[in-house]
Amino acid sequence: MQGTPSLVGDLPHCGIAQVWVVKLSPDIELEEAMADSKLERARPLSPHLQIYKPAMTMVMSVFHRLTGVALYGGTLFLAAWLIAAAMGKGSFEAVQWVYGSLLGRLVLLGFSWALLHHMLGGIRHLIWDTGRGYGVSERALLARLTLIGSLVLTVLVWVAAYMVR
Amino acid sequence: MQRSMETPLKRVRGLGSAHAGTDHFWKQRATALAGIPLTIAFLVIVLSTVGKDFATVKATLAHPLVAILMLLFVLSSVIHMRIGMQVIIEDYVHEEGPKVLLLMLNTFFAIAVGLASAFAILKLAFGA
Ligand code: HEM
Ligand code: HEM
Repeated sequence: MQGTPSLVGDLPHCGIAQVWVVKLSPDIELEEAMADSKLERARPLSPHLQIYKPAMTMVMSVFHRLTGVALYGGTLFLAAWLIAAAMGKGSFEAVQWVYGSLLGRLVLLGFSWALLHHMLGGIRHLIWDTGRGYGVSERALLARLTLIGSLVLTVLVWVAAYMVR
Repeated sequence: MQRSMETPLKRVRGLGSAHAGTDHFWKQRATALAGIPLTIAFLVIVLSTVGKDFATVKATLAHPLVAILMLLFVLSSVIHMRIGMQVIIEDYVHEEGPKVLLLMLNTFFAIAVGLASAFAILKLAFGA
């Protein structure tokens, strides 16, 4: 049968569990294909999230965007800290108190991890920009290094922070 | 024979349909690259202020080298994050009105945060 949808299979590269492709024989006219309602029904919609099998590389890609957004908002904390310092002792100590509270420290912990994770993820992107690091095992390794590296560096930064305190 | 619909002038300018060519792409990469040493410098500076009193922190931030590194970090970051957020807005917001509005707010936010931070750093460095 012409225009039969067929299951191509797994595409681990982007975490796809299944891909449906509509194969058209060369002799089929486009208009004919469009007119074929069965074919229209079989046409896949743009894939939605549910059909993806989460893959490490995909999760890391989403993390890069999420940490970018978090850092975007986080620049407000940096601006507030600098402005408070520029305003004088009273406001600076107030902000320091907020940042030093349990909640404040948790937010700063998240900010520092997001920054380090996003930086390492950015380095990964810069490696890709040179055309390197696209192999199956390379991608897996880069993803793992990004996550483990960001966690290790965050711990180191906080150990250093508690030591200089 | 001319094989594309572009006029030769358009082709020679190489800016394509977006009229800005790969400008954002390169700025995003340049600020990402600059961001690596600047982020490390930023973290070291902030670490050196942990637990210090106001006078010490102020003196640290007022040091010319520290102030310059902080200014560079803030400048690079806000350019970078403005382009980055623009990509995200364009990915998810397709209606023309809300999109233009969000793109504008994105620009305002980046400029406001950048300017406020830079002003504070300069005031600490020069200020009374
Ligand atoms: C068919 C599967 C997919 C393909 C072929 C694909 C392809 C791409 C490509 C080419 C990019 C730009 C290159 C890059 O920045 O790495 C990208 C970026 C992105 N994708 Fe996907 N993607 C797929 C699935 C997904 C899914 C399921 C999600 C979300 C749950 C997702 C979220 C993102 C995000 C947030 C970005 C931008 C952040 C980034 O660049 O790292 N992608 N994708
Ligand atoms: C406070 C600092 C930073 C902020 C606020 C920030 C924010 C962002 C945002 C919002 C995006 C868009 C994410 C997306 O499209 O999915 C982005 C992308 C990116 N960031 Fe950052 N970022 C910061 C620091 C850095 C650093 C230090 C690097 C260093 C390597 C970096 C490298 C990148 C790269 C390469 C991209 C493009 C990824 C792509 O093509 O999809 N960023 N950033």
